[in-house]
Amino acid sequence: MTRRIACIASNTFREAVRDRVLYNLILFVLLLVGSAVLFGQISLEIERIVVINLSLTSISVFGVVIAIFIGIQLVSKEIEKKTLYTVLVRPVRRWEFIVGKFFGLVETLAVNTFFMALGFYAALFYVSRGLHKSDLNILLAIYFIVLQFVIITSLALLFSSFSTPIFSAIFAFALFVIGTFADDLKNFAALTEGATHWLITGVGYLLPNFGSLNVIGAVAHDQPVSLALFVHNSLYAALYSCAAVCGAALIFERRNLK
Amino acid sequence: MKSTQYTTAVLSFLLIACFAGSAVVEHKMEQLRPAATLEEVLYIPSSKVVKRMSVGFEALVADIYWTRAVQYFGAKHIENANQYKLLYPLLDMATDLDPHLIPAYEFGSVFLTQPPPRGAGEPLKAVALLQKGIRQNPDSWRLYQGLGFIYYMELKDYPAAGEAFAQGSKIPGAHPFLKVMAARTLQTGGDYLTAQMLWQAIYESFSDGLIRDNALKHLRALQVDREVLQLEALARAYAARTGHLPAGFNELVAVHVLRSVPRDPLGYPYELLPDGHVMVKFYRELPFITQGLPPGQQPSDLDLSTQGK
Repeated sequence: MTRRIACIASNTFREAVRDRVLYNLILFVLLLVGSAVLFGQISLEIERIVVINLSLTSISVFGVVIAIFIGIQLVSKEIEKKTLYTVLVRPVRRWEFIVGKFFGLVETLAVNTFFMALGFYAALFYVSRGLHKSDLNILLAIYFIVLQFVIITSLALLFSSFSTPIFSAIFAFALFVIGTFADDLKNFAALTEGATHWLITGVGYLLPNFGSLNVIGAVAHDQPVSLALFVHNSLYAALYSCAAVCGAALIFERRNLK
Repeated sequence: MKSTQYTTAVLSFLLIACFAGSAVVEHKMEQLRPAATLEEVLYIPSSKVVKRMSVGFEALVADIYWTRAVQYFGAKHIENANQYKLLYPLLDMATDLDPHLIPAYEFGSVFLTQPPPRGAGEPLKAVALLQKGIRQNPDSWRLYQGLGFIYYMELKDYPAAGEAFAQGSKIPGAHPFLKVMAARTLQTGGDYLTAQMLWQAIYESFSDGLIRDNALKHLRALQVDREVLQLEALARAYAARTGHLPAGFNELVAVHVLRSVPRDPLGYPYELLPDGHVMVKFYRELPFITQGLPPGQQPSDLDLSTQGK
């Protein structure tokens, strides 16, 4: 079972890295990281802060775009090209196919983020005339960005298991935007009573929460990120994406592929 | 020439010509539009709305607003403007979006405090900005330093200045100078030495060229003010002893009252007027001086040395 999932994941990774759009997006991020150095020069005393904010924001936004646009094609492309049938006639369960696809895309995104992070640290090295111990803190922010990608990938996969690519993209992106305001939704729930309160609270917990995964502003000001947040975010991303992948597998198991 | 090559050549020519033409037309349009309509607008005045629109990336948007504030201040400063309408709203927005953006409080308060045309001339708004910064960043002693400075220099509220310095001095890692300033301000508010110490601290603690240049000019002005008063007192003492005012500083050098003809911080000799007043030769090169000005010339906050440059 593990070998089958690993095999699908490795093929998904190989297929994704062959996509030219991916390289264009990474190049664009690296250009933005480079431009952060120039941006800092037209401002005052925030060169380092701008490099961190602009670079990590670019990595996050473009990573989400990559996660959505590759994630939504994972299943539909296989159906469209009829390659799915050649996979499923082998001793591969449908849920294994979905899980393999998920890990393949997560691997792709992790490798992408690694290269974008290298570009970012090069820019930071240039601006700060070297790297300091506190810059290690930024790795945590990058790790949280990867956790964001993991959740988005699982959602894109969930939507692509029952919807068309375009609608899957719209749903996934909408959830990303709503997820950044999940805390507001819970605050809103606190103002209501009765059934409305429980309904909004339920929706608040059902939607992904990206608020606590964004510590870009904090690391830009050298503020420490607590170990508790690290543990909770890791656990949250693992559980939420696991739930979404299970949902995707459930739907895919029952989907009529004829 | 083959047909495809011909088409490529024509299309390439049209592409370049049309782009060049559109750039020329755009340049003409920019000249037709009044600059004020482009500058004096804060498109979205609510920080809450901007925060929502930034989709979680408000730290980057705060950097953009801070940069916009710096650019706005710079443009207004160059044109010697008397109004900086957008400066405070831009700073308020930047610090709402990123409450820990210390440079926006530090430098923003300096921009707001200085009288026009060097700044917005709104020290109370600068105080409000720094107090907001202190609420959000209670461990930043430099914000207390800025607050004390504005209370001391612009509002002449020496007890409040002393209180601000004293509060700042309690923060772990605060510069020892704050403790000294707290004591001095409360004891001898308004004296030259305290003012000199404050400007010296500003000069030493900021790396920005504009702020350091401003502090240096104030330090020179304080030095001139003190030296002019001392030299005038010397001339009066000489007159009391000899029954006549000295004809010039050379006379005081000749009788060993002075070792040499005194010079201002720029190296030019001071002039002793027949009525016993001392005059700075190139007073336009020494902005902010209140002593040593030619008869009839009023002290001005205007930095004359930068005009016309």
